[in-house]
Amino acid sequence: MTVKPVGFDKVVTVDLAATWFRDGMTLMVGGFGGVGNPPTLIQSILDNNIQNITLISNDTAFPYIGVGKLITERRVKKVIASHIGSNPNAGAQMTAGELEVEFCPQGILAERVRAGGVGLGGILSDIGIGTIAEKGKSKVTVDGREFLLESPLTAEVAILHAKKADRYGNLVFDTSARNFNPLVAMAGDLTIVEVDEIVEVGELNPEEIITPGVFVDMIVQSEGVNWRWAWEK
Amino acid sequence: MGMGEVNKTESYRERIARRAAQEVKNGMIINLGIGIPTLVADFIPKETEVLFHAENGILGTGPTPEPGQENPMLCNAGGFPVTLVTGASFFDSATAFAIIRRGLLDMTILGVLEVSQKGDIANWIVPGKRVPGMGGAMELAQKAKKVLVTTTHLDKNGRSKIVRECNLPLTAKGSADLIITDMAVMEVREDGLYLIEVMHPYTVADVIGATEAELKIDGEVGVFE
Repeated sequence: MTVKPVGFDKVVTVDLAATWFRDGMTLMVGGFGGVGNPPTLIQSILDNNIQNITLISNDTAFPYIGVGKLITERRVKKVIASHIGSNPNAGAQMTAGELEVEFCPQGILAERVRAGGVGLGGILSDIGIGTIAEKGKSKVTVDGREFLLESPLTAEVAILHAKKADRYGNLVFDTSARNFNPLVAMAGDLTIVEVDEIVEVGELNPEEIITPGVFVDMIVQSEGVNWRWAWEK
Repeated sequence: MGMGEVNKTESYRERIARRAAQEVKNGMIINLGIGIPTLVADFIPKETEVLFHAENGILGTGPTPEPGQENPMLCNAGGFPVTLVTGASFFDSATAFAIIRRGLLDMTILGVLEVSQKGDIANWIVPGKRVPGMGGAMELAQKAKKVLVTTTHLDKNGRSKIVRECNLPLTAKGSADLIITDMAVMEVREDGLYLIEVMHPYTVADVIGATEAELKIDGEVGVFE
């Protein structure tokens, strides 16, 4: 049975949040090259032996960093991403026919996530016209200019990282770990945020809040990054 | 090291970067790709004020922090820790690409697998072999005001990367403006690809002999020392 907090205090345990993880789920994850991936929630997906995930994420990070672990542990059957180059396991699984990969230009991926998150039916863009990125997309002419119709993306579960949340889920991000996180926060049917610091409602200055808590369903306390970064010696 | 100081042990990568830095003008907003483009920042004179854009959501990245001073959350798009310059800002990925698509990026510097004499760029996929994905390269190549390509002239099998037509799937059509290699500097114009400089000690004949694309010459060809 899955439960969601009712009311304005959305802080839950990781175990409670994990009851929403299912085999075969579509999972959207904020972050970029592992920076801004939620480590504790990703570990929970691994520990709960969740399989056959359709992953929507900017990239597949590195083999033992962030979402990269989901690839390395073969929990993902399909990924929609802009880049998989830093995780050789993703390339190897794709070549072996074990992982389906749908590539999307990075800024268009961001806008597709945003479109899903803000309730739009799609977006029009000229990025990738004249390349194989056109494949399978309708063309729409507006004022004589040709655009590709890009579909919106949502997911059953969205997980993300923020630096700070109040108990309602108002979010503040951490420098360049913001990246896809505010967009992913809007695009989950259920959005779970992992944060370094939880504060009481009223402690955040409304002017500094990047993601309003209304988009957030659950908040879990982060146990911190449980990997070494690629640049660390 | 500043511009004009020729380092005797300079690598070809550093020389390409030093030449590319000459294209950087005061007040530019610039995105640097991974590899040789990243080195360009080291060759921009102190008095030239620019802002570096990183597609993971920073305008105003600064030099690599001192060891021990890294903030793991504060990285460039290649995943390496950076610092910030005065006036820097953070934003989400949608805004990072709004800056690019809206045409606010004065220059991008990219590596390539192939670049054609018409300025077509291929840099994201070798079908069946190496498929890293396009990342932000399509937006950068298609929308930056000036697209500067830095690359080795030949691939590791000795074949020209400067070609008549790209064989690999394209990143963007007709987008390269200037191509800087370890052998030459070439400019894409309306009527073809022009050899404008050779890299010392290569000669015009060396460059033409090593290049699959048709190279045109208009007046004198410079030498970059």
